Amino acid sequence: MTDTLVDIGLSHDLAVLIAKLVGVFVVATCGLLWTLFGIWLERKVSGRLQDRLGPNRVGPFGLFQTLADTIKILLKEDLVPDGADRWLFNLAPVLSTFSVLLLWVVIPFSAGWIGTDLSIGVLYLLAAGSLGMVATLMAGWGSNNKYALLGAFRAVAQLISYEVPMVLAMLVPVLMTGSMSLQAIVEGQYIAYGLAIPLTVFIFLASSLAEIGRAPFDLLEAESELVAGFHIEYSGMKFGLFYVAEFLHAFTVGVLATVLFLGGWRIPFVSAQDTPALLGFGSLLIKSLLVYLVIMWVRTTLPRVRIDQILEFNWKFLVPLSLANLLVVALLWKIVPDTDQIASVNDALLPTLVLLTANILLIVVTSLILRERGRRERAHIAALYGPVDGAADAAPAGVGD
Amino acid sequence: MEITVEAIVFLVFSAITLGGALQVVLTRNLFHAALYLMLSLFGVAGLFVLLTAPFLAGAQVVIYIGAITILIIFAIMLTPQVTRVLKVHHTQWPVALALAALLFVGLVWTQTPLADELGADGWSADFTVEDPADVPADSLTDLGKSLVDPERYMLPFEAASLLLMAALIGAVLLVNRPDDNPDAEAAPAAGARPDQSG
Repeated sequence: MTDTLVDIGLSHDLAVLIAKLVGVFVVATCGLLWTLFGIWLERKVSGRLQDRLGPNRVGPFGLFQTLADTIKILLKEDLVPDGADRWLFNLAPVLSTFSVLLLWVVIPFSAGWIGTDLSIGVLYLLAAGSLGMVATLMAGWGSNNKYALLGAFRAVAQLISYEVPMVLAMLVPVLMTGSMSLQAIVEGQYIAYGLAIPLTVFIFLASSLAEIGRAPFDLLEAESELVAGFHIEYSGMKFGLFYVAEFLHAFTVGVLATVLFLGGWRIPFVSAQDTPALLGFGSLLIKSLLVYLVIMWVRTTLPRVRIDQILEFNWKFLVPLSLANLLVVALLWKIVPDTDQIASVNDALLPTLVLLTANILLIVVTSLILRERGRRERAHIAALYGPVDGAADAAPAGVGD
Repeated sequence: MEITVEAIVFLVFSAITLGGALQVVLTRNLFHAALYLMLSLFGVAGLFVLLTAPFLAGAQVVIYIGAITILIIFAIMLTPQVTRVLKVHHTQWPVALALAALLFVGLVWTQTPLADELGADGWSADFTVEDPADVPADSLTDLGKSLVDPERYMLPFEAASLLLMAALIGAVLLVNRPDDNPDAEAAPAAGARPDQSG
């Protein structure tokens, strides 16, 4: 597009500026429109997974349900509670959506289809993500409501804690590619990294679920404990913005997992140069939806955990595991010859097999430790309260099996 | 003297940085002060981008905004009675002002000859050579390599790591008081993990 504009006679800088503005407009609009469809999809799939019908009244298969909801939410009265911090209260939902849309800047949709191929792509993702944290805090604080504040408290503890394993998991593909640019990471995946390092994918998904505050980690807004958590005082479209941000963030995690671990827009057995741009985009979309399906699946089937369990799970399980994982991958990547000049599927075969073996070993060792730990925990509880019949108390230790 | 786009962007980010910093000092609401601090640090990140140092900009946002200011906010939230300071204690600000002015003069005094040496010339100074997005990946690679190169910055880097490690262990020791730990069983099990991860 830049070339066309230059041909018309615009200066190069101006052409780049216009092209980027159009790109921002298209991605932001498509992202939000996609939400309309995605929310319907999520409700429908969740319904089916929980043996319900899901939305089925408005339009064919209830397809226009979200549209009706949007109109309702737009027409609702916009309330600001007494004693609220007006500026923060109004800024928070905007910032929340904004921070998610910012993530899309560096996502490679296909060969050449990328907002800006930053050399610090992965770091940028983290930076943009931390803005969302600020939005949650602003909402919790600005509402002048104790439940909202409690929600924000939990947000701080949970989001900061889970950022650690998430960063450590994201470092693994960076290490294997030797670049933080997301486009380079996609192009480097002759064999999808997810096949070599399934444990890292698990760590990334688990900590991302906590980062986006979804069940089983939805303690920021635990209905049964905090009414609605940090967005309790919001009504109308401001609540809608939080809702959209949460949904879009969940889908973005699916896209990120695809880009980092499942080869992004690459089609299996087709080299990056031969991939037509449109097919690549389709490939990215299909893979992302599959990951998103897993996220929905987890959400609809697992119960919410307690706040102490969630932090314990992070600091005593995910963080040590992700550290060990990173060290093992770094070491093996150095030991296996020629890992810095992989240029075909054949080159990638040996490192993938080695890493896969190491991962399986790591998973077995972790499971053994967890089993021992769970057994001791049960014995401890049995000693305190008398014998129990197992299942209920083993939950925190058994999650990783 | 010609005002370039870079100069305008520089002025905008400088205004954000300085304005945010000023508000940190002036606002009576501690929570707002923390948010203004965020804004100010964000302006600094913008200046880093302008200097074609995107990695530093990213690190600035992740570390200062994403971690340090969030922790400050956490501390503020735990002490809600201090969020509205109704009475300003006017005892120490002249000293602070004098120190800040001294620091400013000192910086200008030491940096001006350096700027002259580099050939900076008013508003037309070459803030950037090209689009920040097209920075060669080399600057990043070079930064990474210089941190593990014994000839260059390996020693300071390792020293900093050691310091942080000591702080980490210290924090764990401070929090982990065995006498008031009702769940004594959990401690050895948790302690066994870091060994395994090295």
